[in-house]
Amino acid sequence: MRKFLYAIAAVGLLVSGVAHADAISDRKALMKEKVGASMGVLAKMAKGEMDYDTAAAVAAFQTMNDVTKTFGDLFPAGSETGGDTTASPKIWEDMDGFKAKLAKFGEDTAAAVAAAPADKDAFMPVFGQVAGNCKACHEMYRVQKN
Amino acid sequence: MKRLAAALVIMAIAAAVIFWVLTMPQRLDATVTANADAGDAARGERMFNAGGCASCHAAKGAKGDDRLKLGGGLALETPFGTFHAPNISPDRQTGIGAWSGADFMNAMLRGVSPEGEHFYPAFPYTSYARMQPEDIADLWAYMKTLPVVEQANLDHQLPLPFRMRRGLGLWKMLFLSDQPVVAIASGDDQLVLGRYLVEGPGHCGECHTPRNLIGGPDTSRWLSGGPAPEGNGKIPNLTAGAGGIGSWSVKDIAYYLESGFTPEFDAVGGTMVEVQENMARLPASDRDAIAAYVKALPALDSQ
Ligand code: HEC
Ligand code: HEC
Ligand code: HEC
Repeated sequence: MRKFLYAIAAVGLLVSGVAHADAISDRKALMKEKVGASMGVLAKMAKGEMDYDTAAAVAAFQTMNDVTKTFGDLFPAGSETGGDTTASPKIWEDMDGFKAKLAKFGEDTAAAVAAAPADKDAFMPVFGQVAGNCKACHEMYRVQKN
Repeated sequence: MKRLAAALVIMAIAAAVIFWVLTMPQRLDATVTANADAGDAARGERMFNAGGCASCHAAKGAKGDDRLKLGGGLALETPFGTFHAPNISPDRQTGIGAWSGADFMNAMLRGVSPEGEHFYPAFPYTSYARMQPEDIADLWAYMKTLPVVEQANLDHQLPLPFRMRRGLGLWKMLFLSDQPVVAIASGDDQLVLGRYLVEGPGHCGECHTPRNLIGGPDTSRWLSGGPAPEGNGKIPNLTAGAGGIGSWSVKDIAYYLESGFTPEFDAVGGTMVEVQENMARLPASDRDAIAAYVKALPALDSQ
């Protein structure tokens, strides 16, 4: 009986460990493959390495906005460490502050989609407003670990 | 027996005298400080941004014009205790409005106060000591144009042995130098400028160079990263060694300093955010020079 309980407990731990590993890899993937990749498109247009294109800009802002809808659910208790996470422990100490930064990122990207800047001159201030969110959150809630 | 006791007393006195002389704060020669009050405020703004003074002396997280209110108060946690950044606004009572240009130059280049005491290296004068006196004079002229803030701050909270400023004289003998760290063939003006900005005002080594047991920079591992001083996370290796940023081009480095985005479009974070925002305020030619110097660093693997 005892052995059986231990086994169940071990499986439970394993499962929760895996679940947390999923949360970590999911949130990293959202940041890198969605937010970071969209940023790549926007920054190339801002730098003039790519011609400005309204549809591409709106799509990139929209991808970022979609991320803000689920990203906040990927920080369950227990996912503070492991899986090469660069999330700062401050997220769990100040979940409200973290969520507020995420909400601001959501608002700014939604406004950028709505603005659908017609040309590069209209795009630059909108881009600047969105880009400021990245370091505003990373400054407080992210820490390099390697 | 008596003889031995007498010899010991004499030796102890001699040691105390040697300690006293060796640890004596060294003020600058009057010829160096002659033009300390004749700087140019407009040029000084560049040094203020390169030096990142607001990161420690303005209120935590200050943005916009609040960055120019240098009332101090920020608590800096270090392995040697907690330091509280002093008020360096032009207020005569609680700030440094009553200082002369020479006093300011002695603080920046020698880490010595107007009262002739040593400053703690939590004030990164170990880097600022490599600055040109003319640049310090310009910075001083600029600082006098900033808003007066009347604000007294807490004393540092340090364990007993570190409370005695005199002992810092020995530390300074080991680590205070106005000489450059990385050798550069003369004639390359851009690299020389980059080295000046990084090793001097930019004080990049204060974070990116690992420290030894007594808190001095390990120059044999210059800018190769290490544990963060606040004890949380790591500071990246800026050289081209394993774990470093060898894959970044000079342009990538300059763009990171301007925008805060890495070549993979990751965004800057942590304590580097304020540094990056200061770098963004410099002329592009300064960022290009810094990037060229970083790219030319001797490669060291991360440890
Ligand atoms: C609300 C906070 C927040 C905002 C806003 C934010 N990030 Fe992040 N970002 C994070 C956190 C937290 C991590 C660390 C996730 C982990 O490692 O667990 C991260 C990680 C990353 C990563 C690394 C992913 C990996 O592979 O490890 C990239 C790239 C990134 N962010 C880019 C951006 C860009 C670009 C923006 C702005 C357009 C941005 N982020 C805005 C919180 C944020
Ligand atoms: C990393 C944080 C940090 C940065 C950056 C920094 N300082 Fe300080 N500074 C301090 C601390 C801490 C002290 C207190 C040292 C002591 O008490 O021994 C100090 C002391 C001083 C003092 C002496 C004030 C007094 O009342 O005795 C002056 C002047 C000063 N700093 C000027 C500057 C200037 C100018 C810059 C930018 C070029 C700058 N500091 C950047 C942390 C910093
Ligand atoms: C107050 C400490 C501090 C100072 C001073 C500082 N840095 Fe940093 N630097 C950091 C931290 C922390 C990071 C990691 C940023 C992050 O989490 O995204 C970093 C990251 C970087 C990176 C990106 C490296 C990478 O692998 O992503 C570069 C380039 C850099 N710094 C250059 C400089 C230069 C040049 C200076 C001097 C002008 C400087 N730093 C001064 C703390 C500092």
